[in-house]
Amino acid sequence: MEQAHHGAAAGPKQRAVEIGTALLTMLFGLIVIYGSVIVGYGWGSDGPQAGFFPFYVGLIICICSLINLVMALRTEATGLFAEWGQLGQVLRVLIPATIYVVLIPFLGIYLPSFLLIVVFMTWLGKYGFPLSLAVAVGVPAFFYLTLERWFLIPLPKGPIEAMLGL
Amino acid sequence: MIVDNFINLYHGFYIAGDPFNILLMVIGILLGVIIGVLPGLGGANGVAILLPLTFSMSPTSAIILLTCIYWGALFGGAITSVLFNIPGEPWSVATTFDGHPMARSGRAGEALTAAFTSSFVGAFFAIVMITLIAPLVAQFALQFGPAEKFAVYFLAFASFVGMSKEPPAKTIVSMMIGFALAAVGLDMVTGQLRLTFGVTELLNGFDFLIAVIGLFGIGEILLTMEEGLEFRGKAAKIDPKVVWKTWKTLPKYWATSLRSCIIGCWMGITPAGATPASFMAYGIAKRVSKNGKNFGNGEIEGVVAPETAAHAAGTAAMLPMLALGVPGSPTAAVLLGGLLIWGLQPGPMLFVEQAEFVWGLIASMYLGNVVGLILVLTTVPLFASILRIPFSIIAPVILVICAIGAYTVNNNVFDVLMMMVFGVLGYLLKKTNYPLAPLVLAIVLGDSAEEAFRQSLLGSGGSLAVFWSNPLVSTIMALGLIAGLWPLIAMGFSKLRGNTTQPA
Repeated sequence: MEQAHHGAAAGPKQRAVEIGTALLTMLFGLIVIYGSVIVGYGWGSDGPQAGFFPFYVGLIICICSLINLVMALRTEATGLFAEWGQLGQVLRVLIPATIYVVLIPFLGIYLPSFLLIVVFMTWLGKYGFPLSLAVAVGVPAFFYLTLERWFLIPLPKGPIEAMLGL
Repeated sequence: MIVDNFINLYHGFYIAGDPFNILLMVIGILLGVIIGVLPGLGGANGVAILLPLTFSMSPTSAIILLTCIYWGALFGGAITSVLFNIPGEPWSVATTFDGHPMARSGRAGEALTAAFTSSFVGAFFAIVMITLIAPLVAQFALQFGPAEKFAVYFLAFASFVGMSKEPPAKTIVSMMIGFALAAVGLDMVTGQLRLTFGVTELLNGFDFLIAVIGLFGIGEILLTMEEGLEFRGKAAKIDPKVVWKTWKTLPKYWATSLRSCIIGCWMGITPAGATPASFMAYGIAKRVSKNGKNFGNGEIEGVVAPETAAHAAGTAAMLPMLALGVPGSPTAAVLLGGLLIWGLQPGPMLFVEQAEFVWGLIASMYLGNVVGLILVLTTVPLFASILRIPFSIIAPVILVICAIGAYTVNNNVFDVLMMMVFGVLGYLLKKTNYPLAPLVLAIVLGDSAEEAFRQSLLGSGGSLAVFWSNPLVSTIMALGLIAGLWPLIAMGFSKLRGNTTQPA
């Protein structure tokens, strides 16, 4: 393994990520082929079976993934995919966002939205609590009024909303 | 035939000119510009998020609102490109080349006026073309059987492979992932479940609206975060004097405009899209123009060319969507999904059965672009100030909007999780140069393409020869092959030319 650079320009190589992506799409293609074979990919008594079309789709994915894999293997390992610092930035959005969507089925949309905005603004944006709270209350309230009241589109609600009788 | 069109169009203006519909246009354009200006929201996912709000409207009003959002997003991309050097949309990347240098040298008003006016010209040209050609195409397409239908899909997807600047194998993988995702769930023909692997949430398959919101919305936020954007923009105010002065200089560039219009229309109809059209128009203008050397330093012609082409392409993408049921861009694909939800079957029969809807829509394109031009010229400072809101406030709000949008599609919380998965996928694919547009189009068209494919094979007893069985289908298939193999053909040509010039 090559030595890691100490400095700004360290991070996963573009080549490695390209190889990973090609392997990932190939795995996806194999799953599609497998799923098609289960339901039958041939010619039934009444024409093509359910897996007929997806079978060939999966096959093409595998073939082209192989091409992409070979292409990726042949490139030189110089370009960076992203610096670690940049990936850190991405994770700082991705992790709160993932927690946010996981909470929605249990707590409804309003409370997690409130928490997401507060966390984001105070932690990443370094804003004071008054402004963060104002935005965090204002945005969900805006959507409650426009969607639920005006357009009559229900949004997911959790125990808190039930307690408040909304 | 042509006279009929104008009578229909006149009737359409009557529908589109309804005060409520004009109000929707204004709302749509304003929303669209905001969507176009904000990172993480664009034409495709903006329309996808707002689609559920239109379920209770009449289809005509709904499509007017949504198409106007699309026009607004097209306009909005220019604002961020010129003032902030940040292309709000991929098709406005080429606009930054000359637009931002103009803004830096204090000519922001001029650049924006040129951009908006060119956008308007490009869109207008494309709408006139739609008015004249779409009914003919639709009538022609009425005689299409399943084999011809599949051939049209083949042509559409093959042109992606040929026109895309990404490697063909990557384009194909991305497209086929879309087809595979579309196949998940209940098979319409046999009534069998497939590719669900016993997961009940997958019974209904993947909704392309969720995919669009995730791929373009969440993926874009992750990308923006990685780049660590700081918005440092130029202030802009457009006063009537600048507008008038710029308008007086624009007719000089009529040749560039016309060329960009034609490039845009062509690229928009074949689903290659607005982005390559804008680059191509910029590139050709740079080569042809007298001031070509000065391109990149703030040449007004360098704003006119890409903006005209991008808007012509964005608008022309509506033609195949309406006449054939094959959308020319991701946003057109979302609109097509909307038509299906409102109970309208896109394609040639639309012109026969829903003439009022079609011509109302076409008339609204004329009105919407006029309204849009006036609106954006007068409200630029307002939108520029939206961009000054820091990203750490914008990002969580956009996340919330995306989550709400994903939920309201089917009132299903599982979709919100799926959106997140698509978001990460979108980030990964974008960073590794897999194009996202073919993936989205394949999810939308997957079922129809498969149905056409299977019906054709049923008719022929499984022989692939059905796709070469008559002159019509053979021509379309041949065009598809040429489009798909275009890079190889072009390479062959240049080699041939290289060889012949050497001996001489």
